[in-house]
Amino acid sequence: MVNKRLKIVAVCGMGLGSSLILKMNIEKVVKDLNLEADVSTTDISTAKAVLGDADIVITSPELAPQLGELKAKVVTIKNFVNFQEMKETLEKTLKD
Amino acid sequence: MLNFLEAIGNRIEILDRVDTWEEAVRIGGKLLEKDGIVEPNYIDKMIEVCKELGPYVVIAPRVAIPHARPEDGAKSFGVSLLVIRNGINFGSYNDPVYLVISFATPDKESHLEFLQELAEILQDSEKLAEQFISFKDKEEIKDYIKKFFSKVNT
Repeated sequence: MVNKRLKIVAVCGMGLGSSLILKMNIEKVVKDLNLEADVSTTDISTAKAVLGDADIVITSPELAPQLGELKAKVVTIKNFVNFQEMKETLEKTLKD
Repeated sequence: MLNFLEAIGNRIEILDRVDTWEEAVRIGGKLLEKDGIVEPNYIDKMIEVCKELGPYVVIAPRVAIPHARPEDGAKSFGVSLLVIRNGINFGSYNDPVYLVISFATPDKESHLEFLQELAEILQDSEKLAEQFISFKDKEEIKDYIKKFFSKVNT
């Protein structure tokens, strides 16, 4: 599906809770879809500095506007723990 | 494997109602402070973060996970669970919140196993909230959690 190794970053307020849960789900989806991807986490205050080379950024609808302009595709997730929502969202993003 | 339950310990409170989401976070934080897990200042930080960044701590329908940073006064790792039978709004699309799961971690690793188990038990968070508000005391909640993880792990 995708040849290049993807860089996916999960962003939350402090990089401690929500983004780590997102990362667990993203990794499961990546495996399910047989993708090659590096998944990392960051907090909103340092996000801008580290997101330069990211392909996909995943965060909540509240935090997304605080990220400003990015090259990466920004994807928002309402239910951070739900595996199904993450899978559907990522599949859709990769198709676009 | 009962890490989730160990992390919560006896820090469970069931209330019929609270007036504001700030009150809910404060009660959750107090449960941590009482056991020496956080400094009093940590509780103010939990509320500050929610105000600053918006109600994104409501990570799933009916469930909020307020927390602050390790350097905000987290002395050790611990979790508290506040069940609010009538729910409270945080201003999130996942409102109303019935379960407030507060936590503190002194570093970026101590809580990873807990988060993993949290994600498992919250897969159907609406059903979980429904269950928890129907229980009459903490023992029923503990039993439910125990059973949930013994099923998952066998």
